[in-house]
Amino acid sequence: MKKCYLGVDIGSVSTNIIVMDEEDRIVDTLYLRTQGRPIETVKNGLSQMKERLGEDVHVLGVGTTGSGRNLGGIMIGADVIKNEITAHGVAALHFVPDVRTIIEIGGQDSKIILLRNGVLYDFAMNTVCAAGTGSFLDRQAERLGIPIEEFGDLALKSNATVRIAGRCAVFAESDMIHKQQLGHNQEDIINGLCEALVRNYLNNLGKGKEIQGPVIFQGGVAANVGIKKAFEKILGCEVVVPKFANVMGAIGSALLAKEEVSKKGSTNFKGFEIADSNYAVKSFECEHCPNMCEVVEFYRDESLVARWGDKCGRWSNNINVESKKLAQ
Amino acid sequence: MKITFPHMGNMYLPAKAMFDDLGVETVLPPKNSKKTLEIGTKYSPELICLPMKINLGNYIESIEKGADTIVVTGSCGPCRFGYFAEVEKEILKDLGHNVEFVVLEAPDGNIKELYNRISKIANTKNMMKIAKGLKGGIGVLKRIDKFEETVLKLRPYEKNKGEMDKVYKSLIKNLENSEGSQAMIKLINQAQKCIEEIPIEKNRDILKVGIVGEIYTIIENFANIDIGKKLNELGVEVHKSHTTSGWVLEHLFYNSIGSTREKDIRNAAKPYVKTMVGGHGRETIGNTILYAKDGYDGVIQVMPFTCMPEIVAMSLLPQVQNEYHIPIMTLIIDEMTGEAGYVTRLEAYIDLLRNRREKYKNEKMLSWR
Repeated sequence: MKKCYLGVDIGSVSTNIIVMDEEDRIVDTLYLRTQGRPIETVKNGLSQMKERLGEDVHVLGVGTTGSGRNLGGIMIGADVIKNEITAHGVAALHFVPDVRTIIEIGGQDSKIILLRNGVLYDFAMNTVCAAGTGSFLDRQAERLGIPIEEFGDLALKSNATVRIAGRCAVFAESDMIHKQQLGHNQEDIINGLCEALVRNYLNNLGKGKEIQGPVIFQGGVAANVGIKKAFEKILGCEVVVPKFANVMGAIGSALLAKEEVSKKGSTNFKGFEIADSNYAVKSFECEHCPNMCEVVEFYRDESLVARWGDKCGRWSNNINVESKKLAQ
Repeated sequence: MKITFPHMGNMYLPAKAMFDDLGVETVLPPKNSKKTLEIGTKYSPELICLPMKINLGNYIESIEKGADTIVVTGSCGPCRFGYFAEVEKEILKDLGHNVEFVVLEAPDGNIKELYNRISKIANTKNMMKIAKGLKGGIGVLKRIDKFEETVLKLRPYEKNKGEMDKVYKSLIKNLENSEGSQAMIKLINQAQKCIEEIPIEKNRDILKVGIVGEIYTIIENFANIDIGKKLNELGVEVHKSHTTSGWVLEHLFYNSIGSTREKDIRNAAKPYVKTMVGGHGRETIGNTILYAKDGYDGVIQVMPFTCMPEIVAMSLLPQVQNEYHIPIMTLIIDEMTGEAGYVTRLEAYIDLLRNRREKYKNEKMLSWR
């Protein structure tokens, strides 16, 4: 019988599930597009994973992370529900114990995480701008008719510099169009875009932060060799892309789940069967006060399992009573 | 004359107490809510900071309830707050609301004009009576600030979760239904005693975080998405660097007699900012350093989007962070702010502080790094 831990990272663009064995080795990884349907994607992912693992598995613990961590955590019965920043930090430390800087660029978020002596020291997350994250690159690749997987390789072929305005996704796009009309070739423009996004990232998040090596680059965008090269050029040091760069968040949450389970001794995992349950979300606007909170109700097979969204706790606190009753 | 004023934390209670004492009728704006912000955002300039959007929402909601006079404090400091009243006056005029603005400031140092304005809203020219009303109001203000400070400090330690919130909620409700400063002071004193007697577990592993930044976003819990309570729930003792009573005493009293209670803060900030940069920019730096010296685990800066003085401070904070070895996080808020992202950052930040503490506790080191 295989004993393993699960890590689930439910992001805005992708949902990643990883399986880790008792010796912290990564057994399997799964990368799915969330496409705005986290519930369906998690169900789908779990049933795929179950098939791949075969019948003979025993899940010792499970952790969720990413912007859908709470929803997913309730669905699958996570032992630990952790924010993405901590999860990424934990995973990076696991693979490169002396890592000092983590560059993480995902679908909607970009982060910089600094570590010193193996401790999280400082971090920043993009606030008012998402230029340079995966979704934007995706869109540009689509506009140019290039598969996103080849985007980075094209940048490597460039041998002239084209400077693109990278401050904002909208400006970057219009400047790219301008450069195309001037007749620059595609490789140079793509390379210019990669460099612009890196500049923007460093000006936005890296401001006032001391970037020291070893530098790890992870998140979905790390697969883009053009961006990696641009980072190396501008930072003037080697940037390491780990083998599991695009699922590091999920790995981090599995590691955290292992730690948590070793403390409390058992798992809350509801089993792969949850993929066969029906989940539904209903919401209503509470009219009890002018806050007009949108209260979300989460149902599993017609029974209410969670409520959230209210500021005062009027609804979300109430659910504890009900679920206790269900358990009796 | 029906007087109204904008919300800023619990300031409406002492203000009401003062006007009650003076026998002046007040219209309390409905509590800050999504609706308030929606109204305010609709009629405000797009890139103005969040405080003005909420203020404007407060006024319009109060006017709908029958208010005809708006009382606000003024500021001659180089921050947009100084223009709020003028801009709001024009906006309300354009919307067809016929209201009077009374701005409590001494234009060009004209104390007589300030006195005229005060006596107008106080409905009396009797200085003694005004002073008495002011004293009552400040008495309530100071106590309620102290009460809030105690809650933020003790809540993470409480044995049975929710007890302090219960006392807090019922206090606010009682205060809203009472009249005059004497009655309010009595109620707050009772609640203060009550809260100090709630059973606590002193030996919990609780972190200490100081909040610095722009005064409105620090004090008004609607604006900062209730950061104090959120941190308390994450197991963090919180201290806010600004209080309404501090501001009132500093600006209406100490400053006008050429004194200041903020010398320590200014001295601490001196190596980084020598002069006033508007708003509370200098205080943000000074307070951060004082928190670091006080052994706090971390400092969070809270500011409204596009706030110039805080941007100045923000650009200096990385240097402070390096020199004082204290992690500092900045949260920028706007009506566009998504609460989920905000919570993610808070959680990650607290994880970071906890990791540091654990690491260095195990190594038995006295200072960070």
